[in-house]
Amino acid sequence: MEQKTIVLGVLGVDAHVVGNKIMEYSLRKEGFNVVNLGIFVTQEEFIKAAIETNADAILVGSLCGHAELDCKGFREKCVEAGKGDIHLVGGGRLVVGRQVWQDVEARFLKMGFNRVYPPDTSPKGVMEDLKEDLGMKDNE
Amino acid sequence: MSKISNQGLFIDFGSTFTKLVLIDFASERVIARTQSPSTVDTDITVGLNAVLDEISKQQGSNFRYRYKLACSSAAGGLKMVTIGLVPELTAEAAKRAALGAGAKVVGVYSYQLTKRELYELEATAPDIVLLAGGTDGGDRATILHNAVMLGQSGLSVPVIVAGNKSAADEIQTILDAGGKDYIIADNVMPEIGVLNVDEVRSIIREVFINRIIDAKGLKNAEQFIDGILMPTPTAVLAAARLISEGTATEKGLGELVVVDIGGATTDIHSVAKGDAIEPGVMQKGLPEPFVKRTVEGDLGLRHNAASILRAAGEERIEAQLAGLDFDLHKAISQFPLFPEKLPESESEESLDTELARNAARLAMERHAGTVETTYGPEGPILVQYGKDLRGTKTVIGTGGPLIFNGCPERILGETVYSEANPFSLKPQSPEFYLDEQYLLYAIGLMSEVDADKALRVAKKYLKRL
Repeated sequence: MEQKTIVLGVLGVDAHVVGNKIMEYSLRKEGFNVVNLGIFVTQEEFIKAAIETNADAILVGSLCGHAELDCKGFREKCVEAGKGDIHLVGGGRLVVGRQVWQDVEARFLKMGFNRVYPPDTSPKGVMEDLKEDLGMKDNE
Repeated sequence: MSKISNQGLFIDFGSTFTKLVLIDFASERVIARTQSPSTVDTDITVGLNAVLDEISKQQGSNFRYRYKLACSSAAGGLKMVTIGLVPELTAEAAKRAALGAGAKVVGVYSYQLTKRELYELEATAPDIVLLAGGTDGGDRATILHNAVMLGQSGLSVPVIVAGNKSAADEIQTILDAGGKDYIIADNVMPEIGVLNVDEVRSIIREVFINRIIDAKGLKNAEQFIDGILMPTPTAVLAAARLISEGTATEKGLGELVVVDIGGATTDIHSVAKGDAIEPGVMQKGLPEPFVKRTVEGDLGLRHNAASILRAAGEERIEAQLAGLDFDLHKAISQFPLFPEKLPESESEESLDTELARNAARLAMERHAGTVETTYGPEGPILVQYGKDLRGTKTVIGTGGPLIFNGCPERILGETVYSEANPFSLKPQSPEFYLDEQYLLYAIGLMSEVDADKALRVAKKYLKRL
């Protein structure tokens, strides 16, 4: 089966590297080709790396709580860059305060994300979803 | 009278002058130097014979030289066009590979080439095209499209393919069908954040030696000398590297920067890792090559004096020249017409100095990295792009405008870190050296024969300012 390429990174002014490393490890273990851009990554850097590597998905991590602001226009920029159909996933600690997760999720899906995950999500579930969303399950 | 010789003749076929230096290997001394106008447009051997005659007059006609080596930047230098995918990624990596190989980059293209771009590319008449795009296993569509475009073009120059390896076989078929001369090399950017330019650099040099020299009419000269080994900027880079790193038995000067101010461009070479000198700094952007060369095509003291004026700001230069009575614009418009002319009056000298100071400052600011402060939830974070050269202790100046200027230290002073622009990571307190004998290219050539001796000659003749 063709190896899927995932661009991974922590968006914005955000230095939380631990979750990023855990995700990289999990993705590699599951056989993905991982392009980890590390921390302090801008939307443009995600998209440029996705173009150059012909990536199948972008996994955006954000733990500082500013994700809603930082993620604005992400899908539109992908469209503009010719990667409009790329699978866009967000997770970490996307917002601050006590908010109903369904509302948060709805807002991110509306922004063009395909999946978003609440805090304390195990990488395992994300891997399963990714395989399904990228059409890897049928081929197994 | 014939002598047994242990001397080397080192020649630089420049675009304006053919220069020659004679170095004695035993005493490690410069015996003679001379120069004569280059004659590449007619017959390169005319200019070459002129310098050889001159040296024979000085040394006696039966003189035999053990080595006769040359480099060349004549006939426009080694002109290259580079093509990549994303401007900041593979297109930038390809450009850096070409610059690091001593090429003059006459065009940089990204994404899928259009017909219009292809016409433009053909019109620039490059000597080599470097085709990159896609990380290994990454995007194939763009590099394949661009290979098709090049395959159908009227270009007959060598194409070096250094992109996504997964597209290499198809590119081979496409370029074969187009009857193109090509070489497949390792990807300049096999993965995001990894720069791999060494193989491409050495292929460029091979192509230069095997094919370009002939095409440029330099072949005649090879009957008189052992070989034209490399483009002149490559020789200067080789010298910079040697002087910095030293050899197994002879210590180098450590990390350094070479500032080469010329009539058409200002080049900066740094041999330095460029890691942040303070802790906690976040480094971003493409990794920096240890030996890095940048060329500023708008900062030449003769052919591009008007664009130095624009880049530096007219008011700034006018203020620096306050009190001198002459027409700035008229003086500058005359420069490209007489590129060999040296300043004749005090005000012309001052103008040259100011232009050189600004060229040095701007070129260094473009070469050196920058730092900016970003604020995160945990306070300020320093983000660095490019090389931090603040710890670099040596700056070497070369090029006519520096060598023939009365106060080279004032010009080189502009390449130093300044509180006026604290975000530019220029060397903080370097020692200045001047290549007053115009030797760097010869040192680079000589290092091919005997690196230890070349280094000792360099150390002997670089003048500490």
